[in-house]
Formats: sequence, structure tokens, C-alpha cells
Amino acid sequence: MTGKGGVGKTTIAAALGLVAARAGKRTIVAEVARRGDVASAFDRAGAEPFEEIELAPGLFHISIDPQDALEEYLRDQLPRGPIADILARSRVFGLLAAATPGMRELLTVGKLWELAQFERRTPGADAYDLVVVDAPATGHGVAVLTAPRTFAAAAGSGPVARQGKKIDATLSDPEQTAVIAVAKAEELAVTETGELRASLRERMGLGIERVVANALDPDRFDDEEATALQAHAARPAVARALAGHRRALRQRAQLARLADLCEQEPARIALHPGGPLLEQLADELAPQLGLP
Amino acid sequence: MTGVAQRLEGMRVCIVAGSGGVGKTTASAALALGLAASGQRVAVVTIDPARRLAQSLGLQELGNDPRQVDPALLASHGVRMRGELWAMMLDPKATFDDLIARLSPDERTREDVLGNRIYQQLSGAVAGSQEFTAVAKLYDLHRDGGFDMLVLDTPPSRNALDFLDAPDRLTDFFEGRAIKVLLVPTGIAARVMSRGTAVVFSILKRLTGVDLMDDIAVFFGSLGGLMDGFKERAAGVKALLADPATTFLIVTSPEREPVAEAIFFRGKLREAGMAFGGLIVNRVNVAGDDEPEAIAAELRAAGLGARLAEKVAASAADLRLLAARDAASIERLKAELDEPDPIVVARLDGAVQDIDGLLALRDALM
Repeated sequence: MTGKGGVGKTTIAAALGLVAARAGKRTIVAEVARRGDVASAFDRAGAEPFEEIELAPGLFHISIDPQDALEEYLRDQLPRGPIADILARSRVFGLLAAATPGMRELLTVGKLWELAQFERRTPGADAYDLVVVDAPATGHGVAVLTAPRTFAAAAGSGPVARQGKKIDATLSDPEQTAVIAVAKAEELAVTETGELRASLRERMGLGIERVVANALDPDRFDDEEATALQAHAARPAVARALAGHRRALRQRAQLARLADLCEQEPARIALHPGGPLLEQLADELAPQLGLP
Repeated sequence: MTGVAQRLEGMRVCIVAGSGGVGKTTASAALALGLAASGQRVAVVTIDPARRLAQSLGLQELGNDPRQVDPALLASHGVRMRGELWAMMLDPKATFDDLIARLSPDERTREDVLGNRIYQQLSGAVAGSQEFTAVAKLYDLHRDGGFDMLVLDTPPSRNALDFLDAPDRLTDFFEGRAIKVLLVPTGIAARVMSRGTAVVFSILKRLTGVDLMDDIAVFFGSLGGLMDGFKERAAGVKALLADPATTFLIVTSPEREPVAEAIFFRGKLREAGMAFGGLIVNRVNVAGDDEPEAIAAELRAAGLGARLAEKVAASAADLRLLAARDAASIERLKAELDEPDPIVVARLDGAVQDIDGLLALRDALM
């Protein structure tokens, strides 16, 4: 899941996780370089980084930090633990890893890939049916997806290049990986979604599986009703209702633009004035995704 | 409520921070416009803002220097401009390149650095480089621009911390003491180069297949010549962030995630000992006092059909919920940010993407 900053991506990712878990899929929602927002959406304090915690039956959460991913990767790759530990903590190594083009993104996406394996590399860990990735905002989200490919191309040989190719094969396979774009019905968010689609297609050969338009104001009045209300616009309550109507009209136009740019009908999630409850969001989302 | 102008009295640099999607760019532009109208020479620096907003100010493209917004254009919207408004959309990569070019002692060094793979990666993608570039530009403008006030719309960084850390982080990287030791192939350094670090290199190469030695050697080798200039710049940037005439404004919407981000950022400012100039709560919903049932009854009495009257009442009920949520957010922000008097801006009718929108926002801010 990706989308412009501030569109409610994290909340929708958590809701999607809940939808999948309800459908009987063992699901994990993975946050990338965050501070435990998904966990807090479930009113749970942030767990230890890199720990897979169960938020609800069948629904897990993990927060992925590249540094942790590096340490885990080295422990996994190098035979003796202490050397890996020393390396991971080495300042020089950290700097080199940071300076290696695409390394941070590769490590992050490598962990995501590991989570999605039916045979987990993490000792004692169980397999997941679905990994929901609460990816970084649009531009950087694509960078994370393309990291393995870029890296494999740049590196040419070596274990990481081989692994990069393997990970890329998973990510660019529409049978295994789907991108969901979250947007608000606002000009900039819609424009960015269109750009995301073009960039995904060009760089990964992937389409957008589903667009989710989030936090839509209620669209209550038809043209006739709006005209009738104009006569009473001097009353504050009516003036406020008309302002809401104008907002709904602007959103209607942006929704049409979104549908046009992405060549699909967006799933629609209403604005929840009291703050959305995840269960409520999951109820709205599920039927629009064709899920129970 | 104290307006923004009073709060910024005596300030020369105002850094506007907050999470993405809260109207930070428009708030920065409206603030700069207001200060300029009241007589100051103001520059607003922004990174890739809403194109339409930029175009409405007559700015067509990214650039590395501020351009004056045509006073005639503003006058045509009824603005009596007593000062000057300048604006620039920062292109972080070009600004970084520009900085390297200026610090390079000769043409060859410049070409070596700009063409280097490590540099290209670093200047474009390493966390903090965009933030650093923005403040570095601010530093230049502060020193040489002759502006009374600079307003910086911070990059859409998820982690506002990047912004405060950027100078240190980049200095660390550029200094790369550990790496430099490895890279000087002759003399004492070669002899003291520990076996451990050699192992690090060989393992990295084995794992990644990328031989960074050459790139890194060239990078830090060429960088040696401009290191002093860079360090001086970073120190200047750091000093500017801590200057008594520099202040941070935090912008947020009343929604849950941006509020959490604002609280987090205020804490970071406190830790870093930097000035907090005030809080702007943007896009706040305002509801009337009337009960929805009373509204429905009133409208029915006024001759509106029952169904339509109910709909208006329902919309009023929604708005009351939103307004209550927003009021609670504001109370939380007041307490957590230790800011008893935030600037509250009601949700405007329509997106702010032209000069009239900016003027409406300015009026609300000032």
C-alpha cells in the first residue's frame, strides 16, 4: 500500500490486514521505518522493533528498520554469530552499507520478502498467507519496490545480486504482488496517484490492483436539493451544509479524475467524523474488494 | 489570539514544520505574503509545492534562486504590497550540485565529484540530504540575500527529526573519518589500517558484488579539497538553526496522525534546544451551536421539505462531531506542546491554490 503522505495509508493498511485476517488468512502488516503507527491504530503500544506481534486473531504486526534488517541478514548469511554482530555494529560497515546505492531499500524489501516466504528463514517463525506492506509515500515507495532490480543490475554478481533477482521476481509477479494506492479526493493526491501508476508500469511492469479513495465527505444533496437550499443560504446551518456540498462536488470531480487516470472505479471509504474504527473501515473495505 | 506577525517580531528565519498534507506549503506562502505586504522583504523557500500554487504566483519552474513575485500581479488581487515577496522552489539535487561546484577548488574536482556514483546516490537519496540542502540554501540567503525574513517550507519528510539532524549526519558522512583512513593508500594510514576493517571491505564486496572501493576512493579523494568549505557550511547551518532570530512554527491539521507528529516534533525541538515560535492548527471544522433537531424543525417551518430538512440536520450533526474531534485535538495540542494560544485556522471553503486562497489564509493567520 502506498500513496501520498497524509491520506491515511497506515489506517487503510491496518483495515486491509483486518479484512484478510477475518477471511481466515494469517496476515502481517509491516510498517517500513515507522514508529509503530499500525500498532497504535489497534491501541497497542509499539512493540520492540522487528518483533512480530499479534494484534488481533490471525493479524500480526512488524516494524522494519534497515539497521535491524542488516543485522538479521548478516546473522543469516555469515556462519558465526559474533562476527556478524561485530560487523553489524561496525561504523565503517554501516557507512558503507548506507553508501551502497539502494542498500537500505534492499535490506528493507529483503525482510518483507522473507516474511512472505512459506519457508521462513527466521528460526521458528510461521508462514503468513498475506503480507500487507505499509510502504513509504509514493516516490519512495516505488524506490523500495525497484531496489532489488536496481541492485541486481548494478552489482552483477555475488550473493546479494542473486537474492536481489529472486526478490524482484516475487515483487514484479502480479500473481504474488499487488499494489494498492490510497488517495484522498484532492487534486495533489490524485495527481500523485496517476504518476505512481505510470512509474510502476514503466519501472516494474506492474499495474495498480486497486485504488482506495479515503476520507470522502458525505455527498448528500443532488442539484435540485442544492438549488432549493440556496434560497435559505442566509441561515448558518444551511450555509454550512452548502459549503459541505461544494466540497462534495469538488471531491466528485476528483474521484472522476482518479477513476480516469487509473482506469478503474476507486473503492470508497467515507470520512468518519468521530475518528474511524478499524472494524468499521474493514466492513466498508471488504465488500469493495470482493471479500467477506 | 496573537497573530503570527507579532510572534515573529525580531525573527529573521522562520522554519515551518509539520507532517505532509496539512497545508504547510500554503501556510508558508500565506505567511510570507502577509509579512511582505506589511513592509518586509521576504523570501519563501519551498520544495516541490503544488504546481498550481506556484504558477499562480507566476513561478513556472524549479530554480536555485528566489524570484520576485510580480507586485502588479498581487495588486490585481487587491494586495497593497509595501515590502517585497520573493519565492523559490528548491531543486534539492541541483542545489547540492551547485554547492559542490562552488566549494570545488578546480574544474577537475568538480567533475570527479558530480560524476561519482557515491555522490549521486548520496545527494539524491540519503536521508537528510534534502533537508540539509534546504537549510544550506537558507544559510546562503540569510548571509547574502538581504532579506528581512526567510520562510522555509520544510521538505515532506516523514520523520521531522531528519531536519534537525541533517547537518550533523552529513558532516559525519562527508568527514567519514574511518573511511578516509582506509582510503589513503600510502604512508602511515596504510600501516595502521586494521585487519578488521579490511575484513569489512572484503565481506561487503563478497556479499554485494559491488566494488565500492574505487568509487569511495575517488569520492573522498576529491572531496578532500572541499571538505573544509563543507564543514564550515555545515557549522554555519547548525548555528543558523540555533540562532536566536530563527524560530520554528509547527503546522498541523486536527487529524490524529498529524497531531501525533506535531507533538513528536515539539519534543525533538525541546531536546535540541531550538526555538518554538508557535503552533498553527489548520483546517479546523467549526460547527454551529444549534441542535440538529432544532435545525430540522426550523427549516421545516421555513417551508423546506421534511426530507431535505433532515439532510441538512444530518450534515450539521456530522459537522458537530468533526468540530468536537477538532476541539479535543486542539486541547491535546495545547497541553502537549505547552502552547496555550495556538493559531486556529478554520477549514476554508475550497482548496487553497491561488492568490485569493492565499489571501484568505493570510487573513486567518494574521
